[in-house]
Amino acid sequence: MNYEVVVGLEVHVELATKTKIFCSCTTEFGGEPNTQVCEVCLGMPGTLPVLNRAVVDFAVRTGLALNCEVACCNKFDRKNYFYPDLPKAYQISQLYLPICHDGFIEIGKSETCKKIRIKEIHMEEDAGKLIHDADEINTLVDYNRCGVPLLEIVSQPDMRSAEEAVEYIEKLRVILQYIGVSDCKMQEGSLRADINLSVRPVGSFELGVRTEMKNMNSFKAIARAIKAESERQIALLEKGEKVIQETRRWDDSEGQSYAMRSKEEAQDYKYFPEPDIPPVVISQEQIDATRAAIPELPDKKIERYTQLGLTDHDAEIIAGSVYLAKLFECTYEVCGNAKEAANWILVDLLKLLHDSAKQPEDMDFNFDSLGKIILMVEKGKINRGTAKKVFEKVFEENINPAEYVEDNNLGLVTDTDTIYATVETVVKDNEKSVNEYKSGKTQALQYLIGQSMKALRGQAPAQTVTEILKDLLN
Amino acid sequence: MDILSLSAVETARKIKNRDLSVKEVLDAVFYAIDEKDKKYNCFITLCRDEAYARANIVQAQIDKGEELSALAGVPIAVKDNICTKGIKTTCASKMLKNFVPVYNAHIVDLIEKAGLIVVGKTNMDEFAMGSTTETSAFGVTLNPWDTTRVSGGSSGGAAAAVAARMVHLAIGSDTGGSVRQPSSLCSVTGLKPTYGRVSRRGLIAYASSLDQIGPIGRNAEDCAALMGIIGGYDSGDSTSVESTPLELEKIKRYSLQGKRIGIPKEFFGGGLQEDVKTAVLAAVNELKELGAEVEEFELPQVKYAVPTYYIIACAEASSNLSRYDGIRYGYRSDGAESLFETYVKSRSEAFGIETKRRIMLGNFVLSSGYYDEYYKKALQAKDIIQKAFSDAFKEYDFVFGPVYPTTAPKLNESLSDPLKMYMADIYTVTANIAGLPAVSVPCGFDSNGLPVGMQLVGRPFCESELLGVVYSFEQKNDAHEKTAGGGTV
Amino acid sequence: MKINNETVAYLEKLARIELTDEERVECCSDLQDIVSHMDILSELDTQDAEPLSQSFSAKNVMREDEVKPSLDRDTALKNAPRVKDGFFSVPKTVE
Repeated sequence: MNYEVVVGLEVHVELATKTKIFCSCTTEFGGEPNTQVCEVCLGMPGTLPVLNRAVVDFAVRTGLALNCEVACCNKFDRKNYFYPDLPKAYQISQLYLPICHDGFIEIGKSETCKKIRIKEIHMEEDAGKLIHDADEINTLVDYNRCGVPLLEIVSQPDMRSAEEAVEYIEKLRVILQYIGVSDCKMQEGSLRADINLSVRPVGSFELGVRTEMKNMNSFKAIARAIKAESERQIALLEKGEKVIQETRRWDDSEGQSYAMRSKEEAQDYKYFPEPDIPPVVISQEQIDATRAAIPELPDKKIERYTQLGLTDHDAEIIAGSVYLAKLFECTYEVCGNAKEAANWILVDLLKLLHDSAKQPEDMDFNFDSLGKIILMVEKGKINRGTAKKVFEKVFEENINPAEYVEDNNLGLVTDTDTIYATVETVVKDNEKSVNEYKSGKTQALQYLIGQSMKALRGQAPAQTVTEILKDLLN
Repeated sequence: MDILSLSAVETARKIKNRDLSVKEVLDAVFYAIDEKDKKYNCFITLCRDEAYARANIVQAQIDKGEELSALAGVPIAVKDNICTKGIKTTCASKMLKNFVPVYNAHIVDLIEKAGLIVVGKTNMDEFAMGSTTETSAFGVTLNPWDTTRVSGGSSGGAAAAVAARMVHLAIGSDTGGSVRQPSSLCSVTGLKPTYGRVSRRGLIAYASSLDQIGPIGRNAEDCAALMGIIGGYDSGDSTSVESTPLELEKIKRYSLQGKRIGIPKEFFGGGLQEDVKTAVLAAVNELKELGAEVEEFELPQVKYAVPTYYIIACAEASSNLSRYDGIRYGYRSDGAESLFETYVKSRSEAFGIETKRRIMLGNFVLSSGYYDEYYKKALQAKDIIQKAFSDAFKEYDFVFGPVYPTTAPKLNESLSDPLKMYMADIYTVTANIAGLPAVSVPCGFDSNGLPVGMQLVGRPFCESELLGVVYSFEQKNDAHEKTAGGGTV
Repeated sequence: MKINNETVAYLEKLARIELTDEERVECCSDLQDIVSHMDILSELDTQDAEPLSQSFSAKNVMREDEVKPSLDRDTALKNAPRVKDGFFSVPKTVE
């Protein structure tokens, strides 16, 4: 029998606010353990949460960018469970009235594009971090991440393959980066996904029994987990066995998922309305203003880039990264040459990134430098070889291109008197070659050009040198 | 001069006029506590050193002529579920026996800024769950009027300390009557403000949507002065609200002439002790003599108040008390070897039985399958009860009733029958459910000479009017002036 | 609603509380009494009633996104029964 895989994703995104969702502790990544905590995020007796306005703003912005309805009145609820990473033993989240609902993302190319529906987006707080391997008999707890704002973006079960799931999450990631609500660094855990997966015979409309795999934090792991889990489920059904609804832990190094045995039979979160936080009411004016402030999103960018003369493929790669797009736009603004800008980014920059094992988000040079380099080439101030070297320096050390060219005397010699004098000397010193040329051996000209360029340390326009040389010889 | 016989406002006035020094007053208070508290057990922790250090600062401020407040220099007792930075705050539980808060409750900052001096933390029912102070892990607080009886609860230590003339003033908290009921049983005045009028930041939560901090004093004026200090919006409590400050002079000038008081018939049904009924109805006549129009009306929703209250309170409590897991603070069992055992043993060994019972009840009403039937239903009943009061206040300026069906119960009489104990909260819980301000006022005595209190409930944010009525009433009825042990001061 | 020993055992698990056998018997009968009394709510017509979780609270009470100093670590750990190297410490959580 042929089976269809049905995947829904719950994506957790840490928001790029300065402070936590319910207290004023910093959200900065990587602090010493338990140094970014206060009585509120430690859940000390008597403490009360106060909602961070930026979290609501970010949630609304996200909802609008993902084509959602924004709930004019939304509320917080408590999700109760015991775990050492959760100081209050409840997570403040949104169950009954989440802030956004019913949106979608489009994946695939325009002809074959597919809508993945978004069920809802809710605001909640992140938990702390447990360290299991530092001590033999104890687990150590660091609450720095506890209370960092999260959006949980819940999709409908609309994806049918690992590829679609990865495409969805990549698209989601780049949108979130464009609108500036999260850096979505998977390696730092600021974007995590839970996979809900079931299989069913092709043609069936009924959903199969689903399993859940939690906290996946790389695209590759997501793809592998979906493939392995769907194979496991299909194998079960083929054997006439049943899929059990359960939470499974994905072991990426083993390439296998394991059922998590829960200590209590039933998980009962005993959700109820959070009495400490008044309802959040969002006005139409706020929605309109937020919508107006949403920057250009990737689909629109691709459209615009192709109008500038880029191929679809190039436009997609550049628009597919907020950092590449930003560099491209900045470069284009400075040099006015979209194709050149794209070439430099797609060839030279990608190679530099690859060779240094860096991600686009790690680039830390002035984004107008590349445009300036392109301009220098166009104006004949440097040649392309020099330009590459200068860009490398920009990439590595964020040097100022003009200053660097000046200080290292890399500029082309444009003064024709100097070139003329140099070429004249070369002609004088190479009588033999001159005679050969005059007797019809054209290769001799190449030699003389080479000698002239050498004498000019390669920094004169080859065309000018050739012209002067021919002039002298004839 | 017997300093403890003065009211808080009078004491502050004498301090201001240099008739008394802050230290003299503090000496008198600690002398009284040292003399009497061995007997009554009102305090869990005394903070003598901190108090004297504060006294020096406050005296210096007063000497410089700084106008701190109408209560500057007056010592005050604070219920032990209100966080005091650097001073143990136990909630009368083994769980928090050694807990030292790292921050002050908002109202502690406010009272200190106003020049009041915290002398100690008062006994209470564990986590404010109870109406007798018998669930305290630190022993019961005895009633100063009869030491074979309880002082009421949960703010029993606070009310008894004021009644026994150990301190002039105290701060309590009221979730279902915990300020009013012990005030009634000890013959002091206790106010539960409108929900949101006083910041809850630093009040260790029992039931977040019902908890409210309130003043306990000897008379309306003292309560009003304290209320004026602790009330107001706090950006750290999102449920707190801005309100107009109380004006003492206005309260003193308040007239009951033409004011309408409604008495729910249901408040005088079965279960109300005859002596209590007599004393409370006598008070009604005095209110009439002061010019009030009094009328009976029907408030059938009262019947649903106790179950509504216990469902909501226990549900929230079960969640609020889950944080006590022995990891970040509080008791941790030595016998725990696994994480699961750390939770179970620490909680089982450190919580008392009444606390456990309410946590279990809360888990029950929130658990899947029962949520709609109990918890959601109770939230809807809350809406209905709140609307019923709002309708009543279209007719009446105040709703009148008893505070508690009986005078102070004997020791060891209440806990054996929890349902009966819960049912006795019938008169007080309605104000918490509806979020309304309510005051307990000494109004008489039963045949054994035990105090009886009456209760007035007002419109939202009408604390000033409520205290105005109490002030007028005090001009007619001197129950509040009688002290435990007999005699009028 | 009938509360039996199994109900109580389940609630104990949810609440991370373990009662002694004696306490369990007592708790069972107390809860039965209390819950039976609560059952009178079922006669209340709540069709037009809103589930009201807060009394007079305002709306949109929020703070600005401005960092304030956190506690110093010693203060944060001060009340903890067990700490190690700046962390809170609990018996190993096994999965």
